[in-house]
Amino acid sequence: MNAAASTTTGPTGHRPATTGRFRWRVVDIVIASVIGVACAAVFLLWNVGYEAPSSLLTPLLPGVQGLLAGPWLIAGVLGALIIRKPGAAIYTELLAAVISALVGNQWGPLTIVSGIVQGLGAELVFLLFLYASWRLPVAMLAGAGAGLACGINDRVLWYPGADTLFTSVYIASTTVSGAVIAGLGAWLITRALARTGALSRFAAGREAATRV
Amino acid sequence: MSAPARSAPQDPPAGRGVASLNPVAKLAAALLIALPLVVTIDPVSAGVALVLELPLLLASGVGWRRFWLRTLPLWLAAPAAAVTIALYGQQSGDVLFSWALATVSEGSLGLGLAAALRVLAIGLPAVVLFITVDPTDLADGLAQILRLPARFVVGGLAGMRMLGLLAEDWRSLGLARRARGVADSGRLRRAAGMAFALFVLAIRRGSSLATAMESRAFGAPSPRTWARASRLGAGDVGLMAAGLAISLIALAASVSVGAFHPVFGPA
Amino acid sequence: MAGPGPSGPATLEAREWGWRYATRRAWAVREATFRIEAGERVLLLGPSGSGKSTLLQGLAGVLGGADEGEQLGAVHVDGRPAAAARGRTGLVLQDPDSQTILARVGDDVAFGCENLGIPRGEIWLRVRAALDAVGLDVALDRATSALSGGQKQRLALAGVMAMRPGALLLDEPTANLDPDGVSEVRDAVARVLDATGATLVVIEHRIGAWLPLVDRVIVLGEGGGVVADGTPAAVLEERGAELAAAGVWVPGIRAAYPPPPVAAPGPALVTGDALVVGRGRAAAGPLDLEIRAGEVLGVVGANGAGKSTLGLTVAGLLPAVGGTVAAAPQLAAGAAVAGSRWRRARRGLANRADPAAWTSAALLTRIGAVLQEPEHQILRTTVRDELEVGPRALGLAESEVTARVDDLLARLRLDRLAAANPYTLSGGEKRRLTVAAVLAARPRVVVLDEPTFGQDARTWAELVAIIAALRDGVDDRGPLAVAAITHDEAVLDALSARRFELRAAAAPAGSGGVRR
Repeated sequence: MNAAASTTTGPTGHRPATTGRFRWRVVDIVIASVIGVACAAVFLLWNVGYEAPSSLLTPLLPGVQGLLAGPWLIAGVLGALIIRKPGAAIYTELLAAVISALVGNQWGPLTIVSGIVQGLGAELVFLLFLYASWRLPVAMLAGAGAGLACGINDRVLWYPGADTLFTSVYIASTTVSGAVIAGLGAWLITRALARTGALSRFAAGREAATRV
Repeated sequence: MSAPARSAPQDPPAGRGVASLNPVAKLAAALLIALPLVVTIDPVSAGVALVLELPLLLASGVGWRRFWLRTLPLWLAAPAAAVTIALYGQQSGDVLFSWALATVSEGSLGLGLAAALRVLAIGLPAVVLFITVDPTDLADGLAQILRLPARFVVGGLAGMRMLGLLAEDWRSLGLARRARGVADSGRLRRAAGMAFALFVLAIRRGSSLATAMESRAFGAPSPRTWARASRLGAGDVGLMAAGLAISLIALAASVSVGAFHPVFGPA
Repeated sequence: MAGPGPSGPATLEAREWGWRYATRRAWAVREATFRIEAGERVLLLGPSGSGKSTLLQGLAGVLGGADEGEQLGAVHVDGRPAAAARGRTGLVLQDPDSQTILARVGDDVAFGCENLGIPRGEIWLRVRAALDAVGLDVALDRATSALSGGQKQRLALAGVMAMRPGALLLDEPTANLDPDGVSEVRDAVARVLDATGATLVVIEHRIGAWLPLVDRVIVLGEGGGVVADGTPAAVLEERGAELAAAGVWVPGIRAAYPPPPVAAPGPALVTGDALVVGRGRAAAGPLDLEIRAGEVLGVVGANGAGKSTLGLTVAGLLPAVGGTVAAAPQLAAGAAVAGSRWRRARRGLANRADPAAWTSAALLTRIGAVLQEPEHQILRTTVRDELEVGPRALGLAESEVTARVDDLLARLRLDRLAAANPYTLSGGEKRRLTVAAVLAARPRVVVLDEPTFGQDARTWAELVAIIAALRDGVDDRGPLAVAAITHDEAVLDALSARRFELRAAAAPAGSGGVRR
């Protein structure tokens, strides 16, 4: 931490990876928790709010209500895009799910299981890219991963006895919803946050802002 | 207001009944009720579980108003789940009517009812158990009993606290929009703008909080002690045992009556 | 490092120390060199931008690693690098809300001790001793969110003191507090220093309260380095005027006040009649007040007396709990009344003269409100867009919008920042922006809630000049009616304001009234 740096002013670019690149700082933990709580608020609102669109969509095509799954998947992708450390996606998604469960919802403690699974879906995608790429396509892919995990999890736990048509439509819908709402949405939010300067202690913020 | 003399380590404020038990035990009990019940979807197991849970709900010490408010989502969701399963679930028995891709049969109606009961059987005890959990005590329990890493548990707790304190800021944000002439229409858009502003505020405060925590030596690799002891006592073990008993008895009843309908079975 | 380690007061030393944040091109601090002996009490001064906060955070060892910035030179606590000596220093920051870590008072104070690995029994002994030392006489399970600003800062001080640090580092601990809170905290610090003999480094721009406590002053220069270092008397003698120009409130040097108004106040534009204000429950009142054109009405009173609520009520943002708020006919003319929501909330009060019943578009051109926290009032992503919100909500022509915005940017010296994101502005710039945004719609009445809160002397003088200009008239439509809610007496003197004092509504109804 006491690197006696040289006085040369090099180009503003990414710093070379040091041994601490994957270690979580205190600010990483606290902000990941803030993100988790903020997304929990979104979850809680959507827990109530999705019923209406769901009842409209459900009769159209069985399983298409999976398109409404996106808001529940955003925590993991957003957490990973901002914190950029291993485990960020699982941590934020899990935290948001735990709070959602603690406050009380219709899925009870199994929300926590959903949280782990969905967070894992996003986390695996970021892992595939070795936690080195955080661009839009990767974000959307991670959202799709979370959506896929969500679809499978829901089919097993909450729609037992559903037929093949429902299952395939549902899983496809959750995946698409994840890619668009969770993936693209989280990426846009991260960019907007970075522009306000609130992320100056994170790599996400340092990329968006040039040296002033 | 002078501080009352306390010679013992700080204990959580004693609540009535269930409220005074260790939060980790409550979390475990809720999971022990839920997980075995998940493997089947039949009215017998869910119904028996609900009946067995009644004493737990009554002994929880939660006021009726709070109870109904917090369980409201459950009472909305149970019929919704029932309808979904009834329309699109596994069909068996006489077909009662069908329309486009939706089919309602005796079998799916039964499954729908079972689904609704299951939502209540899993959700109600969870809500009641969790209402009385103090977040700080839960963090103590998670770190001391389950040995989760302290940095994450305490850091997470500190960040979480922040949300509840932003209510005043939310109100202020709303007033500012009214003062600037943009509060007449577009409520959803305005709410999204306010939510973003609140998020920015929370992240800034969180970053400041992280600095404050680090300045109090948080996050150092050396071992940490705990000012509040979190232990599992007899009552806690009893609660977890009761949770497990509820779900196992419910399952046994279902199996013995022959209504057991596994989720993972052949479609 | 584990365990209590060395105890007693710490020595602090900086050798050619510099720091540059990763997001900035300029160095926050350069070539800072000084040595502070154990037990010394130092006041750290300098213009904003000279890196005082950064230096203090460097001493506390919390600046972060190589990915957050570059470091030159070294900064030592007791001869060891600061980053490795975190438990030896205690840092108290400016914002009371972002330093309360846990929900209960006792737990929050115990937090630092837990991190240092101190055994449980001793933790609670230290907690009680620390709370006594700072004079915070509340129960251990009291909610930290229920404390006042001054109490929260003392709580933070207790939390730091429980760790038995060798040095207390205070970064503007009283900037966000009202005068009562300032003296509470200053006295608490004095007691802690007497009890522990720790070294003290404090940054403040209102130095009057702290001068008796310190025995040395270090001044950082804008371009880097230490430009003055000596006893308070000597440094203020030599550099008093310079420091005052840089924003420090130097005792004996007062900023130039704007001239008093030349014309007598005009008619009352907003009147409160037997007004009872509150959020749901009554907080203050009944009150009789008038806001007149060409005059500043200064609303003062103790913390928690309901000043802000009063300001929001007369500005039409909150409904009155009792009594009436009435806008003068020339102000209320043509105001559209808001639809069903307000009417439902105030049954029978579809009163055209009540600002609380107006639509927000109607409010926009009649009564402008500047809230206490600038960050609550940022709506857009660039300064220019922010100023355009009001004119666009009115549906003005594009050329008119541009004309008004350019005029405001020039008048409030924000033109250089027109394309910047409002969140990235400095504190003073944000406040000028919120005032400008309100003026863009040309209201006749402006209500300002704590406009000079937490500001140094330089931005204070700027804002006071702006408010005086509002009072005297900014355009051809004449002087505005201004109401300023503040606990800062100097603001009222500078603006030749008429005082309106609010006392807390602890007494039964009827006795909360105040003199005109």
